[in-house]
Amino acid sequence: MTTLLELQGIEKSFSGINVLKSVDLTIRAGRVVALAGENGAGKSTLMKIISGIYQRDSGTVFYKGETVKFATARQSMDAGIGIIHQELNLLPEMSVAENIYLGREPTRLGKIQWDVIERESKKYLAQLKQNIDPNTPLGKLSIAQQQMVEIAKALSLNAEVIIMDEPTDALTDIETAILFEVVDELRAQGKGLVFISHRLGEIFEMCDDIAILRDGEMVHQGPVSQMTEGDLIHHMVGRELSDQYPFVPAAPGDVRIEVEKLTAHGAKEVSFTASAGEVVGFAGLVGAGRTELAKAIFGANPVESGTVKIDGKEIRLKSPQDGVKAQIGYVTEDRKQEGLVQSQELGINMSLTGLERFCNALGFVNKACEAITISEYIEAFAIKTRDANTIISNLSGGNQQKVSIAKSLVPEPRVLILDEPTRGVDVGAKREIYTLINKLKAEGLCILLISSDMPELLGISDRILVLSGGKLTGSFARDEATQENIMRCAVAGQTNG
Amino acid sequence: MKLNDFISDNKSLIGLIILMAAVSFANANFLGIDNMLNILRQTSVNAVIAMGMTFVILTAGIDLAVGSILAFAGAICASLIGMDTPLIIALFITIMVGAGLGATSGVIISYFNVQPFIATLVGMTMIRGATLVYTHGRPISTGHFDVAESFYQFGGGYMFGIPNPVIVMAVIFALCWFILSQTRFGRYVYAIGGNENVARLSGINVKKVKVLVYALSGALAALAGIILTARLESAQPTAGVGYELDAIAAVVLGGTSLAGGKGRIFGTIVGALIIGVLNNALNIMDVSSYYQMIAKGAVILLAVVVDSRGKSN
Repeated sequence: MTTLLELQGIEKSFSGINVLKSVDLTIRAGRVVALAGENGAGKSTLMKIISGIYQRDSGTVFYKGETVKFATARQSMDAGIGIIHQELNLLPEMSVAENIYLGREPTRLGKIQWDVIERESKKYLAQLKQNIDPNTPLGKLSIAQQQMVEIAKALSLNAEVIIMDEPTDALTDIETAILFEVVDELRAQGKGLVFISHRLGEIFEMCDDIAILRDGEMVHQGPVSQMTEGDLIHHMVGRELSDQYPFVPAAPGDVRIEVEKLTAHGAKEVSFTASAGEVVGFAGLVGAGRTELAKAIFGANPVESGTVKIDGKEIRLKSPQDGVKAQIGYVTEDRKQEGLVQSQELGINMSLTGLERFCNALGFVNKACEAITISEYIEAFAIKTRDANTIISNLSGGNQQKVSIAKSLVPEPRVLILDEPTRGVDVGAKREIYTLINKLKAEGLCILLISSDMPELLGISDRILVLSGGKLTGSFARDEATQENIMRCAVAGQTNG
Repeated sequence: MKLNDFISDNKSLIGLIILMAAVSFANANFLGIDNMLNILRQTSVNAVIAMGMTFVILTAGIDLAVGSILAFAGAICASLIGMDTPLIIALFITIMVGAGLGATSGVIISYFNVQPFIATLVGMTMIRGATLVYTHGRPISTGHFDVAESFYQFGGGYMFGIPNPVIVMAVIFALCWFILSQTRFGRYVYAIGGNENVARLSGINVKKVKVLVYALSGALAALAGIILTARLESAQPTAGVGYELDAIAAVVLGGTSLAGGKGRIFGTIVGALIIGVLNNALNIMDVSSYYQMIAKGAVILLAVVVDSRGKSN
């Protein structure tokens, strides 16, 4: 059992936040190692360091006994490390064969040897039992088929080490079974494999070893056979709650929002209610449909069926304007692309959603009035900035997040949806945001909190709902909720795709 | 620090001043009041179009149809004046026609998801064609009614010694400045150009704002058509060919980013003046019009390179 790849003491920080802390990992020939951990535990970052997409801050990587440092994905590929990415990295306009050989097309006298590409592509697709014409434009294939093409691409590299980052997420049972057969073959050929999946059943079914990351630390490594699913979940989430979460008990008022059998892209027949002065947490894995549900309630994603009532009155859900009009505030998980105009000033961003408040009937902005409100929020939220004219992209993540929350509060919403409000925010600012949430709750706001940070959810929610595969799979009062039973509901319905 | 900020905020203004200083050394007649008013008048048509273009470019769009709208609106206006339509009504209808054509581009862009470049390229071609069909390819005279005389005042008249087109330009400038800096609509224009997704999720009716922006661009192109028609006392079917590029050049010279979300209407006026001064200077220095084009292109290139170097530093 030779060691193919060995990582020692890998460290990595992004803008001051330590996402990998002295991580060790060993990949052996003829073994499949499962890499498990919660969202944001650092799994994908670690894999990107192995494949040269990110550069490690410190630590050593031994590949076949020699120290290596890949500067680009290209170099790791040439050395024999193939990675199947979580997000599909394929070009929809190009054919299947072109995608498989993109960037390393075999040529003769400068001319691409199309016949070789076609023949070889066909061979690898056949290995995966895929009867796909290599000349089909990739975009014409289903997502599952595209995933199989991505896998064929990794096979065609003839890599020694193959990393699979949630390869089964987009696959149905049949394709998953085929993939497992191929994995068995690769194992028999003596390749070293890394398998990342949120479906715990798959880990037990096909992996030999397991490595568990938590908050950027490797907390457990060993053979799968010596573990139970319970152990695994415990290792994944087993942090102690500290006073990082200043919880204030709720005095919920009347029911504020009633969601009934809401079906939209990514959410299936979800029903729940939430009251004034209550924080309802939403747990689930990536892709469970929480953001999609939130956007549907806000009017940003088309709704197929179902209703949303605010204070007993049904609201229109055609566009975000409807959401704002119905007094729903939505703080997006994606500050950069959806939350704030990065190139513009703090003040202009903060008043964007609630500009109406400062306008007369002709649409003239009362700038004095606007400036007062903006400076009030800057003070109340302790936003660290020189003044309201600072360009957003010059603020830290935590301060940007506070601006983003203030922005959604300016129009005085009755329901506030916070989608990953502490993502990319340092510990100190996190606590400030929790205090803020408590304050808003005490003022009678109804808050829906989506978070992939479980201790955070448990720490500040009055109630926790769990989504999996777009469906509501669990509901816990604060005192019944534990990381284990939430994780159980979150992976329920994931095992069978 | 303050001086540095002022310089980086007003690069185009400083460029204009340097250009004017250089030209006045080369030619003593350049700085005369008459020549200055002349430059302002010659700049007015481009400036009015460019101010509409500024709104469009601020939303990260482009409007290639303005030259054609200018010609079509000019033809409509000349016909109306030729039919003895009361001046106010003729002007109103002409501007509404321009706004309608612009709004059509806006609807195609917003609701049919066509890229602005393509949508307005199609508009440019079709509206030019419609102008040629309508005019049979010949100039349209404004006729001999009394209304024609007052109409000509628009292009050739003076008020307090200032050419009327310059006054129109100033009024439009004040209006555009007000809309962009003091109204909700202006704020939304910047937000959409800064990040359309953010704007949408902030509850802004992005589609409606875009339609209005193109309508405004069309309306101002029609107004420019009115000025030109009144000055020439007839509508030319080929009027305004290539004007969209001069307008875009003025906007870019004025420091507005083609990527959207950043820019000022004052910059656009300065940009239009740089082009106007350049044209005028090359004329009074007797440079052949062939060389003028090369010189103009070179100055625009220089300005843009200086600007983008400043940004990357």
